[in-house]
Amino acid sequence: MSPNIRIAVRFLTAKKRSMVMCLSCIILGVGLFIVTQAITTGFQDHFIDTILGTDGAVRIKDQEQNTIQTIAAGSYGSGFTIEHKGGHRYVEGIDYPEELKQAIVAFGNVSGVSEILQGSNVTISSSFKNDTVQVFGINMADQMRVSNLGRQIVGGSVDRFEAVPAGALLGREMADRLQLSLGDTFLLIAEGNVQRFTVSAIYETGVEDVDRVRLYLKMEDARSLLRKPTGISYFQVNLKDRDRAEDDAQWMQDVIHYKVDPWQYREREWLGVFKLLRISSAITVSVFTVIAGLAMFNTLAMIVLEKTKDIAILRSMGYTREDISRIFIWQALIVLILGTVAGCLLGTAVTYGVHQVPLQIRSIFTLDRLPVTLSAWHYLEAISTAIVTVMLASLVPARRAARLEPGDIIRGTAQ
Amino acid sequence: MNSPLAADPEVALRCTDLHRSLGRGEARVQVLRGVSFEARRGKVYSIVGPSGCGKSTLLYLLGLLDIPDAGEIAIDGQTMAHSDDAARTAARGAHIGFVFQFHFLMLEFTALENVQMPMRKLGRLTPEQMEARARQLLGEVGLADKTHRRGTELSGGEQQRVAIARALANQPSIILADEPTGNLDVRNSTIVFDLLTRLAKENGQAVVLVTHNPEIAGRCDFTRPMRDGLFVE
Repeated sequence: MSPNIRIAVRFLTAKKRSMVMCLSCIILGVGLFIVTQAITTGFQDHFIDTILGTDGAVRIKDQEQNTIQTIAAGSYGSGFTIEHKGGHRYVEGIDYPEELKQAIVAFGNVSGVSEILQGSNVTISSSFKNDTVQVFGINMADQMRVSNLGRQIVGGSVDRFEAVPAGALLGREMADRLQLSLGDTFLLIAEGNVQRFTVSAIYETGVEDVDRVRLYLKMEDARSLLRKPTGISYFQVNLKDRDRAEDDAQWMQDVIHYKVDPWQYREREWLGVFKLLRISSAITVSVFTVIAGLAMFNTLAMIVLEKTKDIAILRSMGYTREDISRIFIWQALIVLILGTVAGCLLGTAVTYGVHQVPLQIRSIFTLDRLPVTLSAWHYLEAISTAIVTVMLASLVPARRAARLEPGDIIRGTAQ
Repeated sequence: MNSPLAADPEVALRCTDLHRSLGRGEARVQVLRGVSFEARRGKVYSIVGPSGCGKSTLLYLLGLLDIPDAGEIAIDGQTMAHSDDAARTAARGAHIGFVFQFHFLMLEFTALENVQMPMRKLGRLTPEQMEARARQLLGEVGLADKTHRRGTELSGGEQQRVAIARALANQPSIILADEPTGNLDVRNSTIVFDLLTRLAKENGQAVVLVTHNPEIAGRCDFTRPMRDGLFVE
């Protein structure tokens, strides 16, 4: 062990209480940082998984049309005009889905494409009450390639949905509110058209907004109800690498001239909320690390004051200014290393523990336990924050110690 | 860097025409007014004089703990007074041992560790050799049975003896002692002085000590009285 580290350790152990305070703050700061980031990221990942499992990574809708502006040129009445592209507008819906589908499938990252015919403001009428729902006409086989709908079915089955004539797939929230069970019938009223359907399956995504209003019908039943014999509302597309959705969406839009929304754009409000939560929780728990930095500054400054004679004698023995500075930096480093290691262990243990606690959350999300995501980045961020704070706090006392003149100290003490 | 100051190899320390002022502005006082001095190996020198005459200031300059306004200092033939901090620090570690009025032991460390401290910095010996030498030195100052006592567990006289052992650890050519017995009773003063001078003479080291004690001064090989920043005859 180098003499500098040996001296640093002894100086540290001479200030046990202060150092335990610094250590505790670093452990809490690092540990809680990891826990809060794991929980907020866990919620975000749960949300993304759920929403992508329901709505897919990319949605393609509305044809893009160039708008041409015409400017008269030449003399009045010459009939000579210049046309130029003035921008673009979108025309709702997709009229010829088959051709477009072939083009979409050709993109390398695409893993599935499903046609969706959507009808809003459809009235559902059960024997218990009426309500307004959104109807989604789907081809179940395609839809299962772009969503987790098959796995989200909690009553009935995919086969039953396919087999039952005029069968409907209801969200659990919707079924509960309308007091509908498997096999029950109900009416759907849209475009002046009234048709009877049977509850053939019930799904639960865990997102209340979806489970309360979304009702799936087979495509032909939806066309009949909504009186739309051709065309679709949009394509739901799944990607092999969902993180490439924004780039792929832009690429697709440039190629096929339809509006393509990646999930990051579609869910930007929620993602913004999660980001805000993550940042605010990071700032909040970083207070512990800042306190650790202040405690470290205070402790080292005290040690410098108390150890001026020791510093002087070390300098008289041939220890350089850099040695003295390193002795104090080592003290901070030792506490930092112990604190971050213990903090990481604490963070991991608490995160694991929190994840094991059974919870029944039934609000925006349906959850049975807190979702957590442990990421190397969280550890890195927590450790970096601690390193920056503690090392900054130790620099001033270390520099002050190094600048002390041994002659002044000895003269001052001796006289 | 060799210079004419270092002509005689028997001279461990030589200074010429040292000037030093302390304080600022109106309060600035010229403490040393051109002091020249040399210390030969194996000899003990005392510097005596009234408080404020410049004894300690001279000692700190000789120990390279301070920089003179003018003049030169040669340690083992090398002129050092105006060298950079790193060179002066290295010279202190290798060539000079200090004993102060207050022991300045590092109280978190044992006597053995305190004596090893300068050796660890110099790094010439293996850890085993350092420990053996520290034990030998503590034995020579009569503390063989107290090697693992911390500074707080030793009496004033014992602490000063540890400080002497520490000053001798790197086998410096010069021992500078500032009132080494000033804080001790008569019995301990005698023990400490005898130890310091005997060990230094045995090892061929020059000892320069500042003292107010005429009895101690009288036992040195040479006594240099100081007054108003100058040696007087």
